[in-house]
Amino acid sequence: MPTYERFNLPDAGEGLTEADIVTWHIAVGDAIEVNQAIVEIETAKSLVELPSPFTGVVTKLLVEVGDTVEVGAPILEVDVDPDGEPAGDTSDGNGAAADVAVESGTDAASPPSGEADKDAASDHRPREVAAQAASRSAHSEESAARSTEGDADEAGSGAVLVGYGVKPGTAKRRPRKAGALDPVGGEQDVHDYPVLAKPPVRKLAKELGLDLSTVTPSGPGGLVTREDVELHLKATAAQTLATYPGDDQPWLAAGTTQTDGRATRVPVKSVRKRTAEAMVHSAFTAPHVTEFLTVDVTATMDLVKRLKADRDFADVRVTPLLLVAKALLLAVRRHPEVNASWDEERQEIIYKHYVNLGIAASTPRGLVVPNIKDAHRLPLHALAIELQHLTAEARSGSTSPGAMRDGTITITNVGALGIDTGTPILNPGEAAILAFGSIREQPWVHEGEIKIRWVTQLALSFDHRLVDGELGARVLADVGRVMNDPSQGLVWA
Amino acid sequence: MDPTGPLSTDGLVQLLDHEGRALTDDVYSPYVANLDADELRAMWRDMTLVRAWDLEATSLQRQGELGLWVQSLGQEAAQIGSGRALRTSDFVFPSYREHGVAHVRGVDLVEILRIFRGLQHGAWTPQDHGFHMYTLVIGAHSLHATGYAMAMKRDAAQEQEPGAVVAYFGDGATSQGDVNESLVFASVYNAPIVFFCQNNQYAISESVTRQTKVPLADRGKGVGMPTVRVDGNDVIACRAVTEWALEHARSGKGPVFIEALTYRVGAHTTSDDPTRYRAREEEQYWAERDPISRLEAYLESRGELGDEFRAQVAREAAELGERTRTTVKSWTRPELLEMFNDVYALPHAGLDAERAWFDRYQRSFDTQEAAQ
Repeated sequence: MPTYERFNLPDAGEGLTEADIVTWHIAVGDAIEVNQAIVEIETAKSLVELPSPFTGVVTKLLVEVGDTVEVGAPILEVDVDPDGEPAGDTSDGNGAAADVAVESGTDAASPPSGEADKDAASDHRPREVAAQAASRSAHSEESAARSTEGDADEAGSGAVLVGYGVKPGTAKRRPRKAGALDPVGGEQDVHDYPVLAKPPVRKLAKELGLDLSTVTPSGPGGLVTREDVELHLKATAAQTLATYPGDDQPWLAAGTTQTDGRATRVPVKSVRKRTAEAMVHSAFTAPHVTEFLTVDVTATMDLVKRLKADRDFADVRVTPLLLVAKALLLAVRRHPEVNASWDEERQEIIYKHYVNLGIAASTPRGLVVPNIKDAHRLPLHALAIELQHLTAEARSGSTSPGAMRDGTITITNVGALGIDTGTPILNPGEAAILAFGSIREQPWVHEGEIKIRWVTQLALSFDHRLVDGELGARVLADVGRVMNDPSQGLVWA
Repeated sequence: MDPTGPLSTDGLVQLLDHEGRALTDDVYSPYVANLDADELRAMWRDMTLVRAWDLEATSLQRQGELGLWVQSLGQEAAQIGSGRALRTSDFVFPSYREHGVAHVRGVDLVEILRIFRGLQHGAWTPQDHGFHMYTLVIGAHSLHATGYAMAMKRDAAQEQEPGAVVAYFGDGATSQGDVNESLVFASVYNAPIVFFCQNNQYAISESVTRQTKVPLADRGKGVGMPTVRVDGNDVIACRAVTEWALEHARSGKGPVFIEALTYRVGAHTTSDDPTRYRAREEEQYWAERDPISRLEAYLESRGELGDEFRAQVAREAAELGERTRTTVKSWTRPELLEMFNDVYALPHAGLDAERAWFDRYQRSFDTQEAAQ
């Protein structure tokens, strides 16, 4: 029976990603032998002649002269058994997957599903036996391992990066721990071969808490690229405040005005919609408690003035918000339990060992809460720079979805609008939010006398499921203490 | 060619001219006087097999089965000739192109390809073959070789049979500090080492004329060691010169510098395209000086090759090619953690920590805990 094998464009140099087809030395119908020169390609480095890995009859040239072909893409199909006996098995490339499945004890009748592949790839011993048997082993195993996402026709020709010994199907896949840590939402898109991605992309995915196997790869040989991760994020960012097409529309532009002109109905969408969803979700799942504290922040105002004159801070804008942020970071350090998240699904509390400090910002698009990543690691000057970036981005409407992801605690600067304080609603997924009221000169008892002092009000809302009143009070008191006397920061730092 | 430059043929030891006619040399002919027809045929067979396997490996790279391949094409005589001068008690420090020497030292050629398929850093046990692992860092192993030779000298009192070290390197390596340091140490310590420089005329794309103004062998003169320039495509001369040099080193007279003038017929590696930096005429000139056809012509002229032997070697070559192809394709990827296995002979806390870290790192890609 005819048995078709495909030859995938190899990397003829070191780390090349594509090549141009210069000349085909063969045509459909030609009988070819192993190592016979079949095609000339031009890579970024050189002109190279590729020898055939098969003996057989050419059935298809899958690319044309002049094409630029990605490494790993099939370029040639050869019938390696043109004179063979017809057999009952009518499968083509798909047969390879079934073969491996049989050897590993899986029901051969099952389609080349992820399960069959996982078995084939995870059991090493039978595949060594298989390897001796088949000269086509290397290719068929790849096909088998890669057939998860393709249909039967594609199964024999998955775009595979052949070379460097990196064969997805041949790597032993460590079995997943039983019952452990299944991703929320099931395994709908989880492939059962190791995900190919470069270390920086893996790192990025880890930081984002993203399972790379759920990302659709676009790179050569099924490599997940940074762009893929970013696209995936954009596509799945519905849980948090996110950007949507049309975000920049003026608020009434999309609406329809009633005939009497007395009201306009605007469809709820984009940031407004997200905000509503997030607030409803937060307000009706997390039992909110808010505590208040009025503080004399005269010393903080003095410090702000001093820092403004400090040459080291000449390049940044020093504001009271910067010092509130620092005070909150110090309080979190003393009470890390507040920097946490409630996982309803797993009935777990996730204590974060990092602080991504959210700052609620009013923007042309509406309310967004970008956060400063790893704010707990930043010295004051660096924190000031990050804060400035964040504010500038929010103002210009260019806050990225990534900047809004994975916040751990938030500050809302309601005082900027001249408000004393409020009872803020938690950013979903966080356990505390600090409202920072306006700072104004007020009569205040200072050292036994009534003096004019700079006074502000702080309010801390927290999720009572995981933060008790006492913890909330301690956090709020610490923030107030540092605001009242910044030198306390030196004691706690 | 410049009569005094690095490619000068002046003083080049030659026992077979490029058409296969025998020549004599007062100093070196005696060292090969005892080579009978069987031994000469064996050298021809070695060269032929290594070349066939080399071409097969090149094809495998082009088919995506090897990440990279480094051809020894054209350098068979320098490698087989010098390699066959070695004794069991000798120890070789190769660079990464010494496939012919590896073959003579009993390393299975097919196993070498594990390195180039990216499966292992070293594919044989050096002690089993008196053949160190390939060193990819240019010239770095010349220091190891020199140190090994200095140690051998200290051990010599206890050894039954004295041994020597051969360090193989190329023309490009002579510009490295490591090689020059090695020459200095080997010389002043009178270490039993032969520096075998295969001048294949190119350091990747850089011509040897840009590495030196004088023959490379003269590098040895500067540190006071005897030097020989030999026709690197003359397998008999390479054998004779190396026999002489090893005898010199083993007998306690100190190091020798051999320059074997040869030609890298193939590319530097499969990632390289030599047509961009050298002329067809030059390649043609060296094709006429091919090491295998030269010995072949010599044996033919004496009626010592024979169709039967040719056919037998052709069969062996085809079998080796087939075995190479099927074996390479059958190799599966080892566990990454295995790379920690053969680093130190004894337990090593630092390495254990690194292994544990890597194990954790690797597992971190497995778990799904972050996906929430």
